[in-house]
Amino acid sequence: MTYVDDRYNMTAADVFDLECTGISKEFGDFRAVDDVSFRIPSGTFFSILGPSGCGKTTLMRMIAGFEDPTRGDISIKGVSVLSTPPNKRNVKMVFQHLALFPMMDVYDNIAYGLRCAGAAKEEIARRVADVLERVALPDLARREIHQLSGGQKQRIAIARCMALNPDVLLLDEPLGALDLKLREAMKIELKLLQHQFDTTFVYITHDQSEALVMSDYVAVMNAGRFEQVGRPEELYHAPKTAFVAGFVGDSNRWKGRALEVRSDGIKVETDAGLSVVATAYGESPIAEGAAVEIFVRPEFISATKPGEPTPPAAGENEHTGTIDSVLFNGANSRVLVRSPSGTLIEADVVVTGSGEDVREGDPVRLTWARAQSMCFSV
Amino acid sequence: MSSDVKRLSLILLFSPFALWIVLLILLPHIGMVALSLREKVAPRVYEFGFGNYIDFINEPIYWNTLLRTGSMSLLVTALALLIGFPVAYYIAKIAGKRSRGALFLMCLIPLWVSDLIRAFGWILLLRETGVISSFLIWTGMTDHGIEFLYNDVTVIIGLVYTVILFMIVPLVSTLDGMGDDMIEAGYNLGGNSLTVLRRIIIPYAMPGIVAGCIVVFMLTAGSYLTPILLGGKNSSWFTEQIYDQFITRFNWESGAAFGFLLLAFTSFVVWLGLRLSGQSLTNTVART
Ligand SMILES: Nc1ncnc2c1ncn2[C@@H]1O[C@H](COP(=O)(O)OP(=O)(O)O)[C@@H](O)[C@H]1O
Ligand SMILES: [Mg+2]
Repeated sequence: MTYVDDRYNMTAADVFDLECTGISKEFGDFRAVDDVSFRIPSGTFFSILGPSGCGKTTLMRMIAGFEDPTRGDISIKGVSVLSTPPNKRNVKMVFQHLALFPMMDVYDNIAYGLRCAGAAKEEIARRVADVLERVALPDLARREIHQLSGGQKQRIAIARCMALNPDVLLLDEPLGALDLKLREAMKIELKLLQHQFDTTFVYITHDQSEALVMSDYVAVMNAGRFEQVGRPEELYHAPKTAFVAGFVGDSNRWKGRALEVRSDGIKVETDAGLSVVATAYGESPIAEGAAVEIFVRPEFISATKPGEPTPPAAGENEHTGTIDSVLFNGANSRVLVRSPSGTLIEADVVVTGSGEDVREGDPVRLTWARAQSMCFSV
Repeated sequence: MSSDVKRLSLILLFSPFALWIVLLILLPHIGMVALSLREKVAPRVYEFGFGNYIDFINEPIYWNTLLRTGSMSLLVTALALLIGFPVAYYIAKIAGKRSRGALFLMCLIPLWVSDLIRAFGWILLLRETGVISSFLIWTGMTDHGIEFLYNDVTVIIGLVYTVILFMIVPLVSTLDGMGDDMIEAGYNLGGNSLTVLRRIIIPYAMPGIVAGCIVVFMLTAGSYLTPILLGGKNSSWFTEQIYDQFITRFNWESGAAFGFLLLAFTSFVVWLGLRLSGQSLTNTVART
């Protein structure tokens, strides 16, 4: 018999793997986590994305049971775990520096949790072999920890947790210590592992590209609060706050003033003197004359040479300028364009390597749609 | 040319160390072994032989004293570990950054006072007319003075007090190197306090434990002042036998043999301890 709290009147389908209700954590006067609520359905890859120091680790440590929340409730599979000690919660954690036990070999690292749970010897051997198979490292059982590569350590740290069939796996910036190439590879691997184990992953990161690539849902966190929770596309295309717009993805970011507010758009003049037609985003309404902030993603700005035909439906924002520099990066190449007002505008371009390509000093025309200028009141 | 200069400077730098090893450690010990292998056949006439060692074996008092010294030293080592480990754990893992330095300093304070003064301090407290005895009379718990000195318990307490610092220092330094996340991982994976202590903290601290035990055991087995002053004539400490041979009986040959036997015996115990704990000298004493 499991006890199900009837306050929420739950049916089996409504049980979330992890649910936090209004949790806060204060260290003295300082509020590290501020009234955070969210629920995660089974089998989801959920990321918490935020700048360093915003309270991500503190939140995770409360879920794991190493800190007690000042206020609020945490339930796992519908049962409150506030009074459950860390070693009795079926939430396993991959630590920032992995915390593999250096005095044990790979086998004993994985077997540790199973032994704590009182599993029989044959059962342990079977489970360890099975989980090593699933992380694709079947021959490493008797390897010492210091003999493993960074990526292998990573997978062993995950295997050590997954051998215990946790309800939720917490990962605290586990890719932080890896070099770039390996990090890219591990991103995809983590996603595949999550699919394979079909367990809820809560993944903490300050790297927006990690969060966007891997997650089913992302929560953007800032100064202890959740700014927005949503699917990666939602956060990218429909940010609810200026912080989310700025933190998720690249964008041109200008401060300015709303000159004219109409139902079909807002006319804004930036501090540098660029005039832009924008669309209102976010919850708070924008008044005429109010200070605003505008975000335009570089891939929505098309740069054309003066002779070329203008892209259709792009007449809403049109500026001319000269190319200040070309930032070549394969498919993600970009130009920096200096407008007459002196503003530098970033725009994505295709660099083919032929004579058609834009070059430094060329005059260009930049156009983008009104809907792509996201305007937030500040 | 420059490689010659380099070599010369290396030799110059290295020579004080080499001199120290050769003159102060190697030579005296070689001399002692040589001395111990001389037998006195007539006044001022000596010949090579194992007579001094045979005397040791034939006289139960001698080897009993050596065994007693060894076992008491092991007991002192075990007690120092039992008391020192929680103290070291507190200093390294629980105390805040600021109080850590102060606590460490407090452990060091007894070292500022010489061995002799420290032992006399104990005597002042424990003798029949001492502080504790007088206090007990004053409270009426007893009507005559009690002698706390000159028994094994006092000797052991005094020795533990003298050497415990040498247990705490290596333990603090190894425990300091263990991240808190290691302990948290131990709990997170389902361990209780006992499992975490037994399977994670102690194995991690093993090099420090072994290093501390070796130093403490060697210091205790070779100590002289504390057992003599606190244990009196009953202490039967092996160093006392050595002193006796050298100074009282003026039998340097036998004293040298005893000294060498003490060294061999303690080295054997340390070797045995290392074998049993699966550690090596290089990853324990050399590391801390
Ligand atoms: N035990 C603690 N005592 C006091 N302040 C803390 C403690 N743990 C974390 N903090 C503070 O809480 C804030 C959030 O920390 P943390 O959760 O580690 O951030 P993140 O993981 O997002 O980088 C930081 O400003 C940090 O200084
Ligand atoms: Mg953190």
